[in-house]
Amino acid sequence: MADDALFEFLFMEMTSSIYCHDDVAERDASVTKLEQIGFSTGYRLVERLTKDWPRFKTELDVIKFICKEFWSAVYKKQIDNLRTNHHGVYVLHDNKFRFLTQMSNNKQYIEMAPKYLAFTCGLIRGTLANLGINSIVTVEVTAMPACKFQVQAAQNS
Amino acid sequence: MSRQTVRSTDPKKVSSELFTLTYGSLVAQMLKDYESDEEVNKQLDRMGYNIGLRLIEDFLARTNVGRCYDFRDTAEKLQMAFKMYLGISPSITNWSPAGDEFSLILETNPLTEFVELPESHVNLKYSNIIPGVIRGALEMVQTEVVACFVHDQLKGDSTSELRVKFVRRLEDAIPAGED
Repeated sequence: MADDALFEFLFMEMTSSIYCHDDVAERDASVTKLEQIGFSTGYRLVERLTKDWPRFKTELDVIKFICKEFWSAVYKKQIDNLRTNHHGVYVLHDNKFRFLTQMSNNKQYIEMAPKYLAFTCGLIRGTLANLGINSIVTVEVTAMPACKFQVQAAQNS
Repeated sequence: MSRQTVRSTDPKKVSSELFTLTYGSLVAQMLKDYESDEEVNKQLDRMGYNIGLRLIEDFLARTNVGRCYDFRDTAEKLQMAFKMYLGISPSITNWSPAGDEFSLILETNPLTEFVELPESHVNLKYSNIIPGVIRGALEMVQTEVVACFVHDQLKGDSTSELRVKFVRRLEDAIPAGED
């Protein structure tokens, strides 16, 4: 059983070794890579998490699962607030995001925040993808350690 | 609603799987980014080293262990660290006559839990981050070592064997970090 600290150190090291500050194009490429790592992790992890669960009935059920079970398993707390427009857009508020709590509790280092969130965006997207929902996940940080994830599910046509 | 019977997931188990899967995704990404397996081995070792530099702080703060008085003592504390961070207790064997080299035998390796190594990556040392962590952590307590896997379950050996060799004791000067 791997310890939590180990995961956090691995996460930090992974982020800093992949993230490239040099120029805008490379920076975007490195964010994409981190997102991709998150995606494949999420895609596999959710298979193990949901193996004893009944099939989800609606998209909202899936999102609720992410807010409660998935978030508590990965981030040790539930999502604080969930909003939706009932047309495939969901906003998940986390007031104390696990990877940001150690860094700052105001605007200091705020420009550094996005690189620590790319992995999580991928994680959510991978989870949803395996549960049959294609989506776009973006994130917004106004003051650390709070952040807002916006999930935009593709409409099934 | 049938959703009343909510199955709670074991947080320790999830955390362990999250770690294993994240590591796996990372290695997969690195295999795409770098041209050779050797380069990936090197990068994994470097990442491990950087993690070790920090992990030792966590270890010392949480365990209250003091200085090691000899290398055998170091080996036992390494074993303790494996128990604490990965939940496994490797056995310590194959001491060299001079007492400066030993092996850690890993019956199971949490990092490789869901892994199969494809034929095309025979040179990849999948768990190469572990020797890096050991090297980094011991360097912070003034001990320079060389560590590497000599046997690997992923390559068909019955157990994984990690060889650790004492190089020298670092004196007062603070070691310069790798870039």
